[in-house]
Amino acid sequence: MGLLSDPNRRRALINLLTRLNAPICVVCYMAGVAWFMGLAFEPFTLRTYMSENAMGSTMVEERFPSGERAVATGREFAAHKKKVSGMPVEWLVKTMQARGLEVYTQRFSRTLPFPDENKERYMVKGTNVYGILRAPRAPRTEALVLSAPCTPGDNNNQAVGLLLGLAQYFRNQIYWAKDIIFLVNDHDLIGMQAWLEGYHHTNTTGMDWSPLQGRGGSIQAALSLELSSDVVTSMDLVLEGLNGQLPNLDLANLFYAFCQKIGVLCTIQGKLQRNDWDSVSGYSHAVQTMMLMVMKQASGRPWGDHGLFLRYHIEAATIKGINSFRQYKTDATTIGRLLEGMYRKLNNLLERLHQSYFFYLMPSLSHFVSIGYYMPAFGLLAVILLLRALDLWVQLATPPPTTEDGIADIEQVRHAHSSSPGVLSVLTPLVISHLTGAALYMLPIRFQEMAVEHFPVSETEAVVLTAIAVYTLLTIIGTEQGWRVLKLVALLYLAVLLGCTALINFSLGFILALTLVPAAAFVTPHVPKVLSAFVLVILSPACTLLFSVFFFQELQEMPVSFLDGWLLYLSVISQGILDHFLYGSLVYPLIALLVYPCWLLFWNILFWK
Amino acid sequence: HYAAAQKQAEPAVLQPTPQPKDDFQEELVVRPLHSGDIYASFQFRTLWETDFMRGNKVSHYRLFPKSLGQVISKFSVRELHISFTQGYWRTMQWGQPYLPSPPGAELWVWFQDSVTDVDATWKELTNVLSGIFCASLNFIDSTNTVQPSASFKPLGIGNVTDHRFLRYATLPREIVCTENLTPWKKLLPCGSKAGLAVLLKSEKLFHSSFHSQAVHIRPVCQDWQCKTTSWELRQTLNVVFDLHNSGQGKREWSLFKMFSRTLTEACPLASSSKIYIDITDNPEQFELSPATSLLSQAMVLGDRRTFSVYDLTQQDTFGSVRSLNLLIRWKSTEGDMLRPLLHAERYVAGYGLQTGEIHTLMYNHHPYRSFPVLLLDSVPWYLRLYIHTLTVTSKGKDNKPSYIHYQPSKDRVRPHLLEMLVQLPPNSVTEVTVQFERALLKWTEYTPDPNHGFYVGSSVISSLVPSTVAMDTNSTRERPLFSSFFPCKEESSYFVRVYTEPLLVNLPTPDFSMPYNVICLTCTVVAVGYGSLYNLLTRSFQIEEPSPGLAKRIANVIRKMRGVPPL
Repeated sequence: MGLLSDPNRRRALINLLTRLNAPICVVCYMAGVAWFMGLAFEPFTLRTYMSENAMGSTMVEERFPSGERAVATGREFAAHKKKVSGMPVEWLVKTMQARGLEVYTQRFSRTLPFPDENKERYMVKGTNVYGILRAPRAPRTEALVLSAPCTPGDNNNQAVGLLLGLAQYFRNQIYWAKDIIFLVNDHDLIGMQAWLEGYHHTNTTGMDWSPLQGRGGSIQAALSLELSSDVVTSMDLVLEGLNGQLPNLDLANLFYAFCQKIGVLCTIQGKLQRNDWDSVSGYSHAVQTMMLMVMKQASGRPWGDHGLFLRYHIEAATIKGINSFRQYKTDATTIGRLLEGMYRKLNNLLERLHQSYFFYLMPSLSHFVSIGYYMPAFGLLAVILLLRALDLWVQLATPPPTTEDGIADIEQVRHAHSSSPGVLSVLTPLVISHLTGAALYMLPIRFQEMAVEHFPVSETEAVVLTAIAVYTLLTIIGTEQGWRVLKLVALLYLAVLLGCTALINFSLGFILALTLVPAAAFVTPHVPKVLSAFVLVILSPACTLLFSVFFFQELQEMPVSFLDGWLLYLSVISQGILDHFLYGSLVYPLIALLVYPCWLLFWNILFWK
Repeated sequence: HYAAAQKQAEPAVLQPTPQPKDDFQEELVVRPLHSGDIYASFQFRTLWETDFMRGNKVSHYRLFPKSLGQVISKFSVRELHISFTQGYWRTMQWGQPYLPSPPGAELWVWFQDSVTDVDATWKELTNVLSGIFCASLNFIDSTNTVQPSASFKPLGIGNVTDHRFLRYATLPREIVCTENLTPWKKLLPCGSKAGLAVLLKSEKLFHSSFHSQAVHIRPVCQDWQCKTTSWELRQTLNVVFDLHNSGQGKREWSLFKMFSRTLTEACPLASSSKIYIDITDNPEQFELSPATSLLSQAMVLGDRRTFSVYDLTQQDTFGSVRSLNLLIRWKSTEGDMLRPLLHAERYVAGYGLQTGEIHTLMYNHHPYRSFPVLLLDSVPWYLRLYIHTLTVTSKGKDNKPSYIHYQPSKDRVRPHLLEMLVQLPPNSVTEVTVQFERALLKWTEYTPDPNHGFYVGSSVISSLVPSTVAMDTNSTRERPLFSSFFPCKEESSYFVRVYTEPLLVNLPTPDFSMPYNVICLTCTVVAVGYGSLYNLLTRSFQIEEPSPGLAKRIANVIRKMRGVPPL
């Protein structure tokens, strides 16, 4: 700061920054990307370790014996499910009661804003069934949740079977200090949302549900189980929740520790861990795993039923059983023992999980990148915006070459600003682009009916196409003066916007920064219009999403053709809008109300006359 | 019950050799629960005709524990009720308990109206009791003590109801274990050496679903004329054993299975020693062995119950093996439990660490009668209640309480106290909601485990509930017709106290694991960032003349000494 209070040295520094602005920006961008890619390199990451004392040192012995019976119960459940073609509520209630649980049901109904074509649902009605194992001599203040979704078709029957088997086994144990809630939720996430809203008596999304009769106090942790085969080859851990929230890292550590102890193959993002980090393929494997996590987190949607718990400050994860062609199989007893061990350790918790990290990326299950390591990658990108803004600021301020020092400059700038019509001319594009953003946010739902009437498209397509139409049609706006002021404002706006986004959801912020920062940095009215317009469109949020869809498919080793990719793209947009209306995901409003208007500002600058 | 006491109630003043004016009774009530669990309730009652007050120095103690007697006289206690409970009574599965108590420790005391500084006496008393019962009662201070205006009336004789002399406090966090049981057992005349108390083995008592022990001291009438009073000490212990945890799922209970002991004798000091088994549903449901012919009927909690009685003072109760091991075996699991007419639950609604809402639900399961309940809520000061958001609704309609007593909290001094008299409509749920804001504590005020959360004690719901016997208007089975048209007064309603579950609320908590980082970062930001920015913004910069050379300065000094203006 001494540097800045000395006017001579300050001027020298500013001169340096303005003269070398472009090269510094390019270097920063490359350094940011390189830093990010380096995060997956194993020597740069930290090994995971259990931070929570209550879970670290306690030895537990897993004794769950009745995996076979659990699988049989799963089959029985499947038969009853088929018979009533839906959730076999009565059978579940009776079965849970026979196991000594306090059983309650919750009915809910929800009409989606438009039909969900992926899951083929529009008017959703369902019933959640949950049984509470009351801990002996505990005053109903704390609870743990184990949930399994009741999915249509043949999926997840084993998960419900195992849940009931564990309930029976857990019921006979004396050591529980927290109530355990066994929840079978109907219509996966919608049911889970209804249950959580009912449990906490909030209503954030306008769903209809009947109030819950029984509760177990404040929920400390939750696991959601997905299991569709009698034996599995590996267990996959899903962490990404709503709005990119992640559970405490200790939950992942706990899963990993027990997989190691019991000898179950465990994966994250469906990728096994590899030991050859020094080889190229090993490194690219780690990069793929981390990129998958980044893409999933950036999407802001819950990637399992656990995702909705995180809003309530409940640490939760989904555990998926995966049955591949590998030779070595794990049976239900072992999975039961894995869960038993995890629950016994969670039962030992004295406080909520809080010791370990909440912000992290995982290139493998045994390694993690904490917020302190990944934030510089974003910082390097964000600093470009600030450098460009500084450059513009100086350009706006310098015209009178006679001034002696920086303070006089600033005063003159201030003077110039207040006298010239600059502020108003900036305000107009700002307001118009935000109105456009608001239109993008409102219109798709409002006008879907009209679109369906006039055009031969289905409702979902109507929503998506309206969104795209709004997006492209309204982008040609131009006013006459002061593009520099506008660009300065836009740059700062983008910097604040991305900074806030990255704090909440690093992945989303980083991906947006990757594309928006170059666009913001280069655009002026003096570059070739057609080419720049093309580049700007390529770097727009919509195209970012399109690329992300293809990239995600590539990472999952399921490449798609362009046409399929386009359809996928449309469905991703409709899912994003649905996630917003059903669960309160913030990505859609963020893009529509803030990021897109910001991008429009740069579009304005390009077409400045 | 008063018969024994009355026998010994002769005027003892003139007797040269004082007759024992005290009396001890013990009993155990066993209630098989519909869920297959079993509920055992011990009661030990010591009656003593004496006067601790008015400067009387009582020095000779026989049955009454000396430690408690001294407490009564030293602190001028009129009535004392203390309970330690581990677990939550599950009203909907188990019905009403004989003696309700909230999870954790509960203490309420009525002082004599001669006490001048009640708060100081209360403070001392809690510390003394803390020592007697090996419990953390010393954590009771002004921040968790309230003076309920209506909910806790004296249970003994005396009509002073000025609630200035009442103190009520709960410690929902208190954990009850053997260290509390041992001093409690030591208060018994026979200790745990003989009588029913031999069953109280901690390894079994704490292998249960619910455990509660209590001590109640109150003055009672000596006889029906109530000319003299005597002190009653009731020690109670309630325990519920779980079918699944300890029974291998077999619906069969015996004294040995419950307590891993059998009975061989009554306490020799006891004037009565009995075991009651609630067999109201017999013989359809379960069988007893050994069987007894002694039956007793009593009105308990608004219901007419039948009990099998085993008198331990009779030698033939123990049979030829000289030991009594009662066996209760279920024959079938059918039949419905009588649904409790009143039950309540409470939870915290909302998410996030800024605000929240406390919901208290009170259920009236009576099909056609409404009844009033008194709700008492004591909420710690760090949950700042927004009392203007208080709503009481039943059946979707606003239900206006006929009496509200609210005492706002003072930060770090006293808790909120909210008492309401609410009419519960028949067959309804009444919901009481109030919003609150979570306060930021000072960093030294956090408990060692702040992320566990902070407890809010149970609400207390006291009510006169219409009796189930009175509900049954067609109960002409056992009663003569002429007696059953108008419901008689005693049976028409009964007193019930229901405790809700305590709440665990998370407060905004700093990350205590990195105070050093935080301090460093904050100091740096303030010192470097803010300081120099402020400097830059407020100071005006000028280019300074380069400082004069050394020779010039020396010359100036010399010129100054000479009184010539400097160069």
